[in-house]
Amino acid sequence: MTEDVRVTAENSSSRLSRRGFLAVAGAGGALAATGAVAVAARANNASAEASPAEQAYPFYGAHQAGITTPAQDHLHFAAFDLTTDSRARLISLLQAWTIAAAQMTQGQEAGQAGAFGGAYDAPPDDTGEAAGLPPSGLTITIGFGSSLFTTADGQDRFGLASQRPGALVDIPHFPADDLDPARSGGDLCVQACAHDPQVAVHAIRNLSRIAFGTAAIRWSQLGFGRTSSTSASQQTPRNMFGFKDGTANVKAEDTDVDSQVWVDPAEGPAWMTGGSYLVARRIQMTIETWDRTSLREQEAIIGRDKRAGAPLSGGTEFDEPDFNAKGRGNEPLVAETSHVRLAHPSSHQGVKMLRRGYNFTDGNDSLGRLDAGLFFLAYQQDPRTSFIPVQTALARSDALNEYIKHVGSALFAVPPGAADNRDFIGAALFDLGTAQ
Amino acid sequence: MKRSTLALSAATFSTLFLVGCTSNATTADGEGPIPVSSTADTCSVATNEAPSGTVSFTVTNDGNDVTEFYLLGEDGLRIVGEVENIGPGLSRDLVVLAAPGQYQTACKPGMVGDGIRADFTVTDSGADLTPSGPLAEQITAATTAYTAYAKDQAEQLVTDTDAFVAAYVAGDDDLARELYAETRMHWERIEPIAESFGDLDPKLDLREADLEPGQEWTGWHRIEKDLWPPAKGYTPLTQKQREEYSALLVADTAELLERVREIVITVDQLGNGAKELLDEVATGKVTGEEEIWSHTDLWDFQANLDGAKVMYDLLQPVVVQQDPELAAELDARFAELQALLDQYRTEDGFVYYDQLSKEQVKELAVAVDALGEPLSRLTTTVVSVS
Repeated sequence: MTEDVRVTAENSSSRLSRRGFLAVAGAGGALAATGAVAVAARANNASAEASPAEQAYPFYGAHQAGITTPAQDHLHFAAFDLTTDSRARLISLLQAWTIAAAQMTQGQEAGQAGAFGGAYDAPPDDTGEAAGLPPSGLTITIGFGSSLFTTADGQDRFGLASQRPGALVDIPHFPADDLDPARSGGDLCVQACAHDPQVAVHAIRNLSRIAFGTAAIRWSQLGFGRTSSTSASQQTPRNMFGFKDGTANVKAEDTDVDSQVWVDPAEGPAWMTGGSYLVARRIQMTIETWDRTSLREQEAIIGRDKRAGAPLSGGTEFDEPDFNAKGRGNEPLVAETSHVRLAHPSSHQGVKMLRRGYNFTDGNDSLGRLDAGLFFLAYQQDPRTSFIPVQTALARSDALNEYIKHVGSALFAVPPGAADNRDFIGAALFDLGTAQ
Repeated sequence: MKRSTLALSAATFSTLFLVGCTSNATTADGEGPIPVSSTADTCSVATNEAPSGTVSFTVTNDGNDVTEFYLLGEDGLRIVGEVENIGPGLSRDLVVLAAPGQYQTACKPGMVGDGIRADFTVTDSGADLTPSGPLAEQITAATTAYTAYAKDQAEQLVTDTDAFVAAYVAGDDDLARELYAETRMHWERIEPIAESFGDLDPKLDLREADLEPGQEWTGWHRIEKDLWPPAKGYTPLTQKQREEYSALLVADTAELLERVREIVITVDQLGNGAKELLDEVATGKVTGEEEIWSHTDLWDFQANLDGAKVMYDLLQPVVVQQDPELAAELDARFAELQALLDQYRTEDGFVYYDQLSKEQVKELAVAVDALGEPLSRLTTTVVSVS
């Protein structure tokens, strides 16, 4: 099975570009003319778009893309549960995902025959809805949940228990957590980010199709409007509370990416060198009551000026907050229970996370209120020293807790990147298990 | 700021919305907020004159110290409006309702001393401004009356808690269950006041889901779970534990009363309190999360509504004068929500929350939001008077 996939990989040099499809079709001859025209029209529209749409990030590399990559505008995130106990099938899935991800991130159609080719009496390899669309900065990032290594009842389904990293802990229950098991956990995760939501959804759709029989989606989340900038070249966006979010985020250009984001090789395990840990939390916001709150209170809760994003101690957005600055009545300008103070690296021995969250609005709840919030995504070197202590402090005292509720939670080990199309994401994990 | 603007706003929006529009307007022709720059030794106000009505300033701190900005009466003592705690580099708006006359502006860099002052004139635009003297008195009367109400509720809470605890300790669970919701209503009516004591609130009213690791669960909801135990996997409290949790509840409630006796309520607490009570309903009661074992959420719902209504009623004469449309809307929304809630009254109180249909819960939630939104404008409406 493994070999089959590798053969496919090599054959995939005859790649079908979504944009270059016409040339291929022309060479192939007799396709329905109307279909080809339609594709051509869409391709032309797309080419008139701004350059971010044309951006294609390399899939292969030392680190997986989609972490320090400048945050794209749209997200489709999916957690999968394996429906098999077969180690070989798991490996095949990761190989097939690697190849398909490499194709799609380059703006190519998934599979050998793409969206429109192949046997007429067989379904097309690629589902087709992204045909004609540019790469759109798509990144696909794959991670492993703790249940891949050991299930809740202690089973070691794939002979990987001994490889479970110490940092891949079970996230503790925080006060006021209201987690829905159906929106939490998962054996595997795939984060697809793109400038075009259709391209992100196309990626998850095709990867989940490839997984049928081996893994099934446990939960998924669509996100719009990045809430973090991961590059100094990006403007700080706003979250659903209307505040600039993630101003103090780790950025790709920062010197501390190595010490805050990537796994410390000395810490191990070896298969995680070049990897990172991803915390995902679905944070629901009660935006209706928030919207009725005075600007004074909103700013006091966050600890920042709403308009400019500057800390209430003064300065501009990127100035560090001065937690000692006092105002009237000798009260601190940045309140003790404000979000910015409790979450600030200076309150946590300098630890930072690379946040990559997205706003979401999944329709409405049964009370007629928007089901909206922040899908928090944060990459870090070790959640035991970053997310967990930070969230412990926030859950205890954050003034924002009155307006938010954590309803989903997951932690994934995100392995290093794959070197090329002979490698696959997570290969080192299996090499250590048994000789291949 | 112009009479026409005011008239339009009165016809369509409340004062707050007018303020919102004004502060977003551009300042090119002097129509929008008046820019003020505060530095270590200057306080430059872009103009020293404005027409009467709503007057807005956008105060920018161009100095290195925290600053404040005041609009003072002609005597330089009476504070018409102020913004404080403006950090270096930040801007904040001050919006006041100003009658024609002489005023002083003052920046106070470093938040000490008399500040850097200048004269400011409000010309007569013809805008209809309500005199503030009698209103100020009405507000004082409202806060005094509310302080008395809060004490009375706390006293009743102490008395009823004693009776509830007596039944619970004696093992008369039927009676304890009967008294539970009625007793808690006294707490729920003054919840924003009770919650302002950050150490007592968790001891008395913490829900199991909100426990921190290692934190001991005490108070009302601990006993609630024992009186309405889950079907499976629950170990009832021993007699000794019942006595311990009861003694704590009594002691903490007595402490609450002591503190409520000391408090002085301000007008903004009154305005915010009403909104907070509706927020309590919106986030805790309407979702059925507050009384997860007893399902007596509608009692709490009613009590929160009672508390908000008391606060509003005390301020209502002021609101009628300041913003009659808001008063009319609030009167109608309060009545609507109460009528809806009345449908669920029974001989013993209310229907249990788990017996409501999804549609009924949604109807309640929609009515809560319909009242909560205009209620959030109460504070600005009454604070602009004082």
